Amino acid sequence: MSDKFAGYAHPQVLVTTQWLAENRQSVKVVESNEDILLYDTGHIPGAIKLDWHTELNDPVRRDYLDGEGFAALMQRKGISRDDTVVLYGDKSNWWACYAFWVFKLFGHEDVRLLDGGRAKWIAEERELTRELPNLPAGNYPVVERDDSVIRAFRDDVLKHAGSPIVDIRSFPEYTGERLHMPDYPNEGAARAGHIPSAKNVPWGKCVQEDGTFKPVEGLREVLLNETGFNEDQKFITYCRIGERSSLTWFALKYLIGVKDVRNYDGSWTEWGNLVGVPVVKGEEAGVLA
Amino acid sequence: MHERLLAVVDDFQSMTGNDRLQMLLEYADSLPELDPKFGENPELLERVEECQAPVFIAVEGTQEKVDLHFSAPREAPTTRGFASALNQALNGLSAKEILSVSDDFPTQLGLDELISPLRVRGMRGMLARIKRKTAELAGDN
Repeated sequence: MSDKFAGYAHPQVLVTTQWLAENRQSVKVVESNEDILLYDTGHIPGAIKLDWHTELNDPVRRDYLDGEGFAALMQRKGISRDDTVVLYGDKSNWWACYAFWVFKLFGHEDVRLLDGGRAKWIAEERELTRELPNLPAGNYPVVERDDSVIRAFRDDVLKHAGSPIVDIRSFPEYTGERLHMPDYPNEGAARAGHIPSAKNVPWGKCVQEDGTFKPVEGLREVLLNETGFNEDQKFITYCRIGERSSLTWFALKYLIGVKDVRNYDGSWTEWGNLVGVPVVKGEEAGVLA
Repeated sequence: MHERLLAVVDDFQSMTGNDRLQMLLEYADSLPELDPKFGENPELLERVEECQAPVFIAVEGTQEKVDLHFSAPREAPTTRGFASALNQALNGLSAKEILSVSDDFPTQLGLDELISPLRVRGMRGMLARIKRKTAELAGDN
């Protein structure tokens, strides 16, 4: 194991491109991208496409699939409950982390992430194909989704006074400047700014130029030292719809080893539209009363 | 609706589900290369801020025949597909014809349920900027 991996709290959830190249036959490789056509332009041989937008969400309610829906999805994808699933994707794994988080809502045991994602695989000129895998149906039981441990709802956020909230959006989104640029549509929120007390750590601060995660010291620097937060506290992460914050959720929980981290998937598209909730504009974190 | 727009709508509406996405990929693959003069003078292009991917447009020509130029990365095939669909539908039309295109054109392709709302908004942004720059062009002439 590399020195970098050895420093992480749970290094087994992260794999290198080299490891995947050698072991891809014995795991289920799943690609999940922001750009849902990207897989079709070429993917890691044997990889299955998972579309975050149409496949992980309930088609009617704003929520994730239920237990039956997830089991059916996994069977269709050829994934069984005891499979090792290795996720990767574009944008430094935003959507792969998001899918990782959803797999964990259903308690899938062995889920891993490809460090550096799609970009690193391609940068190393590893094999890509447009050929679709032909996998037999998976064997997946109906497991109810557990929202109580790693998912935060708006009421959980309101009750989080005094505990760390990490806003991983860009600085202009955090200060509220972003929604007020002339002639630009906003991102679907009626109000701009951030949740009181949240500290701004843009997601990109957790990754290196090649898209891989920073070593643990670098992660601790930006997420703990610079925020004044402490790893024994209870964390909530959020962004716009919960995808970029899944990456920070992953870094806090599995790489730094924070025990209690929840991702608020309602994020700004919910909070910025809620009637009556407190919002802070500007650079100051503010206080969640 | 202009026959050029109808042809593009028909390309998408004649397909369902994943085939409709594959059509978007075909469009993405067929976006013409950007005129090299823009590579040397990138300030002639306007960034489409509504798209998360770096997409740039330029509107040139005359009231009678508007020339559109698009730059969209291959790493963002969805956005590139949108640019290509707009290029195929609008490039070479008159300013009047472009200004009369419904702002709802992106939705008429039937992709809203297959891709994320944010991306459809990106295509609307592209169309809105093309129309604004076309109006400026018509005003200048």
